[in-house]
Amino acid sequence: MTDATSAQLDFVAKSAAAARPTRMRNLGERGAGWALPVASLVLWQGASSLGWIGESFLPSPLAVLKAAWRLTLSGQLPENVWVSFLRAMAGLVVGGGIGFALGLANGLSRVSFGLTDTTLQMARNVPHLALIPLVIFWFGIEEEAKLFLVALGVFFPLYVNTLHGVRSVDPQLIEMARSYGFDRWHLFWRVILPGALPSIFVGLRFALGVMWLTLIVAETIAAQSGIGYMAMQGREFMQVDVVVLAILIYAMLGKLADATACALERRCLSWHPAFQSKP
Amino acid sequence: MTLAASTISARDSSAPLCAPDAPAASVIARGLSKAYGGNAVLRGLDFLVPEGQFVAIVGRSGCGKSTLLRLIAGLETPDAGRLSVGPTNANPRVSARVMFQEPRLLPWARVLDNVAVGLGADADRADARQRADEALRRVGLADRAGEWPAVLSGGQKQRVALARALVSRPRLLALDEPLGALDALTRIEMQRLQESVWLRERFTAILVTHDVAEAIALADRIVMIEQGVLALDVKVDLPRPRQHGSPEAARLSASILARLLAEDARE
Repeated sequence: MTDATSAQLDFVAKSAAAARPTRMRNLGERGAGWALPVASLVLWQGASSLGWIGESFLPSPLAVLKAAWRLTLSGQLPENVWVSFLRAMAGLVVGGGIGFALGLANGLSRVSFGLTDTTLQMARNVPHLALIPLVIFWFGIEEEAKLFLVALGVFFPLYVNTLHGVRSVDPQLIEMARSYGFDRWHLFWRVILPGALPSIFVGLRFALGVMWLTLIVAETIAAQSGIGYMAMQGREFMQVDVVVLAILIYAMLGKLADATACALERRCLSWHPAFQSKP
Repeated sequence: MTLAASTISARDSSAPLCAPDAPAASVIARGLSKAYGGNAVLRGLDFLVPEGQFVAIVGRSGCGKSTLLRLIAGLETPDAGRLSVGPTNANPRVSARVMFQEPRLLPWARVLDNVAVGLGADADRADARQRADEALRRVGLADRAGEWPAVLSGGQKQRVALARALVSRPRLLALDEPLGALDALTRIEMQRLQESVWLRERFTAILVTHDVAEAIALADRIVMIEQGVLALDVKVDLPRPRQHGSPEAARLSASILARLLAEDARE
């Protein structure tokens, strides 16, 4: 849940930042965000070079970079990153798509809500990672296992937030649209879906956090490829640099996914006061 | 009560048609009743509005004036009684447009697209933009067509809402205290705009308001609802454009207020 909370804080902070006026200032703020990671890298490198941190305990950033270069040349790194990326996206599309569709259905239809919501709320309270032993029974360490876990993980944030978004669309707007002769189709496309979109985006960003978390665990426990597998191989062959590299790549992929979602959000919600720059 | 109702019907039969080629909608309500959770709001109300008339409905809050408007606009259905709107008794959603107390603009649609919402099912047609543009010009906001509603002031938002209500050239405009949330100066500005639009297009206008001065400034006729039926029906025979605070207006306002307050004292 730390993931979820931090995503929410991040969302609020970004909204506030987007409202500030000048481009230069925006650049400055973005730069400020990177100051801490860069400073930590410099400190880390310094401490390693001075011998305060043993190479076998935590290799220096340069050593990690060297490992990255070595694995890139051998083709291992790009291949594993690609495999993990595909797994993450497949899980997101499948689980997120079902969550989104069910969220819409249950937000729009009382019958659908009555039939499925109780079941879904019960299932939501089972930590999906608790299913790993069962998933290994069912799928072994094949692709289906990862797909299943990631899809299950991203399903709930999208379901809950889509449902909430649809239900919290201003009823006054719906009444207005009805009185102006909107049919169901127009009501959905022009009022309900855009009104639910801010909440759906919150769900998407939560889901991205869950997506990487699930994939790391799944690949570490049961996989023959991917970044998690690469990290486990590193552990077996005492290559601490590879382990650290895998962790850093997860961090970067997570940041990349979040930045993509943010850009998409800014594009789709440009009407929202939080994303408007004052003239 | 019955006396008031019969006077209205008498006037209705002799009412002239203002626009013979495109007759504006008229409202005929007989024995209209509506209750919410066992609490009767309207009790057998009779109400007739000749075509092209500007009627104001006043009354204390909770007297049922908004309920009557919502019934006429087709937002709700009566529990009992007969209600016909328009010359052919068409679906009220076809011929009637509502302006609500809040602007109710879609925040995710530009100003022009919000006006096009008023075209309803016609919003996808080729000339929709042109018609929306023209409606926006009529309320003096043509230069804001590409803005988001969030950057407009309260008065501007209500003007966009007015343009949206007018774009389909409705025969009946139902106004549910649309100026209630505006400041005094913007209110007067909006009243003038509404009057000029109405004088040009001659639709039937039904305005619900708690502001007697506003009713006198705009309406041909003022009715008051009390105990779920029409209790007062006054003709406002003042030349337009009306001056705020003219002696005739003040006299009329005083007599209506006295009636409203008398009801207050009785309870």
